Amino acid sequence: MDQAHIRNFSIIAHIDHGKSTLADRILQLTDTVADRDMKEQLLDSMELERERGITIKAQAVRVLWKGHQLNLIDTPGHVDFTYEVSRSLQACEGALLVVDAAQGIEAQTLANAYLAIENNLEIVPVVNKIDLPQADPDGAAAEIAELVGDDPDNVLRISAKTGQGVEDVLDAIIERTPPPVGDPDAPARALIFDSSYDQYRGVIAFVRVVDGRFETRDSLRAMAQGTRFEAEELGFLSPDRRPVKVLEAGEVGYVVTGLKDVSKLRVGDTLTAEQRAAAEPLPGYKEVKPMVFAGLFPTDSDEYPELRDALERLKLNDGALFYEPETSQALGFGFRCGFLGLLHMEIVRERLEREFDLDLLVTAPNVAYRVQPRPDADWLEVRNPADMPREFEAVEEPYIRASVIVPKEYVGVVMELCNERRGSFDHLEYLSEQRVHLVYELPLGEIVLDFYDQLKSRTRGYASFDYDMSGFRPGTLVRVDVLVAGEPVDALSLIIHREFAYDRGKLLVERLRKEIPRQFFDVPIQAAIGARVIARETVKAKRKDVLAKCYGGDISRKRKLLEKQKKGKKRMKQVGGVDVPQEAFLAVLNLDTDR
Amino acid sequence: MGDAGPPQTGPGAQHLYVHLPFCAHRCGYCDFVTVTRRAGDEHGRYVDALLTELELERSHLAAGPQSIFLGGGTPTFTEPAALARLFAGLPPAGELTVEANPETVTPALAALLREHGVNRISLGAQSFQPHLLETLERLATPAAVRAAVAILRGAGFDNVSLDLIYGIPGQTRDDLERDLAEALALEPEHLSAYELEAKPGTRFTGAHEAELERQAEALEDFFERVVATLAGAGYRWYETANFCRADSTRDLRAQHNLGYWQGRDYLGLGIGAVSTISGLRWRNARSLPRYLAALGRGDRPEREQEPLDDATRAVERVLLGLRLDEPLALSGLDRALNQAAVARLERQGLARVLDGGARLALTERGRFLGGGVTAELLA
Repeated sequence: MDQAHIRNFSIIAHIDHGKSTLADRILQLTDTVADRDMKEQLLDSMELERERGITIKAQAVRVLWKGHQLNLIDTPGHVDFTYEVSRSLQACEGALLVVDAAQGIEAQTLANAYLAIENNLEIVPVVNKIDLPQADPDGAAAEIAELVGDDPDNVLRISAKTGQGVEDVLDAIIERTPPPVGDPDAPARALIFDSSYDQYRGVIAFVRVVDGRFETRDSLRAMAQGTRFEAEELGFLSPDRRPVKVLEAGEVGYVVTGLKDVSKLRVGDTLTAEQRAAAEPLPGYKEVKPMVFAGLFPTDSDEYPELRDALERLKLNDGALFYEPETSQALGFGFRCGFLGLLHMEIVRERLEREFDLDLLVTAPNVAYRVQPRPDADWLEVRNPADMPREFEAVEEPYIRASVIVPKEYVGVVMELCNERRGSFDHLEYLSEQRVHLVYELPLGEIVLDFYDQLKSRTRGYASFDYDMSGFRPGTLVRVDVLVAGEPVDALSLIIHREFAYDRGKLLVERLRKEIPRQFFDVPIQAAIGARVIARETVKAKRKDVLAKCYGGDISRKRKLLEKQKKGKKRMKQVGGVDVPQEAFLAVLNLDTDR
Repeated sequence: MGDAGPPQTGPGAQHLYVHLPFCAHRCGYCDFVTVTRRAGDEHGRYVDALLTELELERSHLAAGPQSIFLGGGTPTFTEPAALARLFAGLPPAGELTVEANPETVTPALAALLREHGVNRISLGAQSFQPHLLETLERLATPAAVRAAVAILRGAGFDNVSLDLIYGIPGQTRDDLERDLAEALALEPEHLSAYELEAKPGTRFTGAHEAELERQAEALEDFFERVVATLAGAGYRWYETANFCRADSTRDLRAQHNLGYWQGRDYLGLGIGAVSTISGLRWRNARSLPRYLAALGRGDRPEREQEPLDDATRAVERVLLGLRLDEPLALSGLDRALNQAAVARLERQGLARVLDGGARLALTERGRFLGGGVTAELLA
């Protein structure tokens, strides 16, 4: 289609502000989906997405409206996927910025709105849910107009639920957002903004064609990674796959690649046709690096192969997931996994448990550290506290720039929380008379455990939170080891700020003492920084372990009891000659969630 | 025959157990096979059935066994006439023990037992503290226990064993000390001291759950007190829960129970009774009416059978043998033991290998931890 009649846009909204409902309404209004086929939130195809009301993987749907082809590119809504969001936005010329009339702007809305502005998108502000009794459309419109530098009168007021004003939204997309302006005659270039894996057809790339044209059977190449494949099928979603022969400049669609490995095709890479290859890729590609790490171990060690297969299959759909085998003497065989952030970790874990029916033990998450072992030595990246040298010259930890929006009466508690977590105050601004936007610099390591939960509970759920990575900085960090009978328990090592080391060490050994069953001998449990013990407890030796009586009538039963006792022992992990039930580690690892 | 058991002296089992299930009352903590109702001539018919079963299994039993043990239930609650008929039908034995509850012991009963060759009485004293006996739902009073011993002594019994239970809900350390002192004052030849086993699901466990949990910690101390006190009074701690007076002229250990602990064959008669003969273990069904019916027809009662292979018998030899104070002969048991664990436990001062590996003994501390130590020792 002629580029003048194409509009590519996305919807930016906070969780629950109505993005998916608006998308559904657009599909209905444009007759893309018949009313009878409409199911709630059609675009969120994963079960987990629908349950959590969030979009994890972006998709793109083409609709027709008043002689125009509109491509709605759905963006993942969470902070962990900022890079994916930015690639989705790069595929668009315009964005609907949707704000709940009762809630106003949230931290996530801000972050994504800034991303859209950075990508030079034309923003169409929309206030949704004006039908709600507690709605304040004028207040929300004022906030949003202030944010995008527009007149409050230009803010559309709609109810995606009832359909009120949705036609105006479609008209506004055509009127206000510019058409694509790629060169249809230039060598073909398309931006990959998402990909998924189809069991039968392999990797499917979702692309925005910028220049030139792509045809079925073309030999294609991903320019940054150098991956080559044939375009087995081209098409667009409506919302099912609709094959076409050609995708032209300005259009959005999919490419069936036949590739078996999703990591061969990264979001942000540029596709070109081999026959007349482009000289330069599109700008902005970067390799996303996992920032949060945790060990994943099967609760039942026999399930290790199942866990490996599940991770392999999950990785097909999730190029950002990183994993490598890890062996822990306490937890057995498992994997050290890297995630973009906490939500990403939670999603992976839930999918493993739910879709693959695995019972998992997840170690406390930690961030990646940069460590210089000796003066003048090369810096190392440490993803597992157990790999941290016990002595080192210097260490750096990742920081974030955290954005918190709260009603003004909670400013105090938020500042207190941020200070507890070694945050440094950057600035504060009033979004309205009631609502304050706070910006803090915080170590990511202080966020990964329970910061968000704490924030929610201390502000009674009113705070919204978002963050950006802001680089590595030197830290006063130490490695704390937990020793059972003199032997360090690898899974319990942690890297922590020196000031918090004593309290945490004490808590860990106390908890472990309660969890380790008494043995035939005293078992010392210590927390130590290097050779210096900072906390100590003892599991006192057992003094009695006998079967009270045993005569001719119950020898079989007693024998079975003993065999059971023996079996139970075999399931335990040996640390320093001490039998420790796996549950003990689990309980200690859970420490972080109920601190 | 495998090599897992010591040689039998002569053909047939040397040990006979006879179960008499009748009780006046079922105590809350009890999980033995008991019958409390008393209908018609049930006792008599049961004794007939026992004697019929004995006839059916006669080939498994030595003509003159080393020991016979009448257990229950409350054997002495059985109708005297029926009891007399039972004794008349039993073969002569070296040790003939009858379990008795103190309240059932009368001069007439004592005389009847003596008359029929009973030479050892195991008296279920349990405690001398009225409030603890009440908790246990025992019918005897402390005075009745003392009276029973006096009657037995008067009738000429020179081998009396007392059962004590510790870990009773509400029991303090002082209560325990008093029980031990009172028991010792009666100068029994033998003492059994059992930790109260609160079996899950019994009425008793349900009623005393919280207290039992609280007391679990005190039990370590109680066990140590029992062993120290009895050993201090000159008793030999010859089995985990059993003590006997040291006597240069007689071996006062329970010869019948030694048979179990040394892994020998035994024949059991009556409902719920277990036999182990030549590598086969069987357990009679617990139902009294069906037992009576089957034997009334001259058939064997319903039974559950459990074949014991050599490996299983070896495991049992270890678990039973290590309950004793005498070292366990290891011949034929090599494969049942985890040699690395043996070495480790020796290093930890819990076990001792003797005679260049021929025998294994637990140290005193090892015996206090006997259950766990055995679990580790087994391969």
